[in-house]
Amino acid sequence: MYRYILKRLLMLIPVLLGVAFLIFAIMDVAAGDPVYSVAGADATPEQIEVLREKMGLNGSLIERYIRYIGNLLRGDLGTSYISKLDVMKVYLQRLPNTLKLATLTMIVAVGMAIPLGITAAVHQNSIRDTTSMVLALIGLSMPNFWLGLLLILFFSLRLGWFPTGGSEGFRSIVLPAITVGTSLAALLTRTTRSSMLDVLRQDYLRTARAKGVSERNVIQKHALRNALIPIITIFGVQFSNVLGGSVLAETVFAWPGVGRLVVDAIDQRDIPTVTGALVMTTMLVTIVNLLVDLVYAFVDPRIKAQYTK
Amino acid sequence: METNQTNRSQQRATKLYKKRSTLEDIWRQLRRNKGAIIGLILIIVIILVALLSPLLLDYDKDVIGQNIKQRLKPPSSAHWFGTDELGRDILSRVIYGARYSLAVGVVAVFVALAFGITLGAAAGYIGGKFENVVMRICDIFSSIPSVLMAIAVVSALGKSTFNLMLAVGIASTAPFIRVARAAVLVIHDEEYVEAARAIGMPDWKIIWVHILPNCLSQIIVQATLRVGSAIIAAAQLSFLGLGVPAPAPEWGSMLSAGRQYIRDYSYMTLFPGLAIMLTVLSLNMLGDGIRDALDPKLKR
Repeated sequence: MYRYILKRLLMLIPVLLGVAFLIFAIMDVAAGDPVYSVAGADATPEQIEVLREKMGLNGSLIERYIRYIGNLLRGDLGTSYISKLDVMKVYLQRLPNTLKLATLTMIVAVGMAIPLGITAAVHQNSIRDTTSMVLALIGLSMPNFWLGLLLILFFSLRLGWFPTGGSEGFRSIVLPAITVGTSLAALLTRTTRSSMLDVLRQDYLRTARAKGVSERNVIQKHALRNALIPIITIFGVQFSNVLGGSVLAETVFAWPGVGRLVVDAIDQRDIPTVTGALVMTTMLVTIVNLLVDLVYAFVDPRIKAQYTK
Repeated sequence: METNQTNRSQQRATKLYKKRSTLEDIWRQLRRNKGAIIGLILIIVIILVALLSPLLLDYDKDVIGQNIKQRLKPPSSAHWFGTDELGRDILSRVIYGARYSLAVGVVAVFVALAFGITLGAAAGYIGGKFENVVMRICDIFSSIPSVLMAIAVVSALGKSTFNLMLAVGIASTAPFIRVARAAVLVIHDEEYVEAARAIGMPDWKIIWVHILPNCLSQIIVQATLRVGSAIIAAAQLSFLGLGVPAPAPEWGSMLSAGRQYIRDYSYMTLFPGLAIMLTVLSLNMLGDGIRDALDPKLKR
């Protein structure tokens, strides 16, 4: 098992370096030459060169990338062109808000999806099954930012139950979490249903029933536990989409998270902030994916056995 | 007499076992799926609306022409979906907007298909170090949340409809690389591929003529489902101000404009959102149907 973890950690390094290079290269194209906009029209060529060196923009793309990675390893993401603040500090200030939103999103999604998926599978081809699947299909097809706007319209403006935006108190996170969580819930409902349908046909469930185990226990203890593995996989893969989706929800609800930071920085062409936030977010996604894979190996004894041999 | 009967039964058997094309096969299965047929009809109607909109509407007058006297009128018999903040008819803009959304969705998927299939098929066929490099690049692309990836590409290339298509396409490439590679790996060692190799057919021709047509079904499923997500991704970027530039009637940018007036003129956000949902819903219903039609577990 330790060898598996070590192998996965080693495999992570080239991917992380590649991710950082890709984002760095894309943002380098986007930036053009920011030195001129910072230096102003009256700057002499000498002043421009001094400023270029000061901003760390001298040298080829590869040289700058190597320098960037060196700084990144020391926890330095550079300084914002606009606010002149340390990008790492700003990122770490925003990150807890995004993680709070992502966590509640996951809770909302699982809370909706698991009961719906189980009901649909247990009552296959019934009206409950059809309703769950139609709801899931609608959830998958609805753009989440539009759902966010509809939620604001109904629950904030009409009923006044939740604020329209901001980050004050628990009430302000509920609507953004439902906004991001609905499409994830839709996907998880479908996965839970199909995974449960596969498990429900297994012989060991028939044996459990024959031994007199109550139907509730058959579903909860025997079926759901075995159906969990594909659900966990989808859950892990979707963490990236949750962070992506939160960019939109953070914009709609003025939630001060990382997504909002990126969108604002793009508007202001603040390249160090965009690059830093994207690199850090992608690293976060990659590490979460690794953790999910490890949980997956831990939950499934077959995978665990493969690596403990 | 007996010979005639034998001939007839042989003919029947030949007819029965006549090799059907993949598309014919999908259609036979699809016809039995009500949801897929509803999806297909809906998407055909939306495509027809998109294609015919220049004949039904005058772009300069009905779609982008401003009429301040008519601004922010609620839905009525004159303006079924109401008018926006510049007095433009929302129904006309929603109808014309179908052209942008469908075009962006389809072209983005073609971009993803072109990159994804070329790289995936080559990786699966060539194998070795090349395959390793391609798959690691694929891992890198998969690690970046697709919305953030598309945002980064658009901000690098600049805001335009073409760049939006390219950005969404690039952000959707990784799944196609995986599908194409997996499909090629399955077919790679089939006898007919070995035979083609033995008669000296060049590798690119073997991939193009023998391997890709046999992976078509998985690629069709992936493409149909991806058009829907590409449409949503494009609308998301337009909503953030990074998509189709104004005054073009893109659904995402219409929602972004409507957001400012949501308190008093909620219909401005209702109809463009419904249009996106209906289009993606029909594509998902059709895509699900095609996937079920190709799933051997569900085949009768």
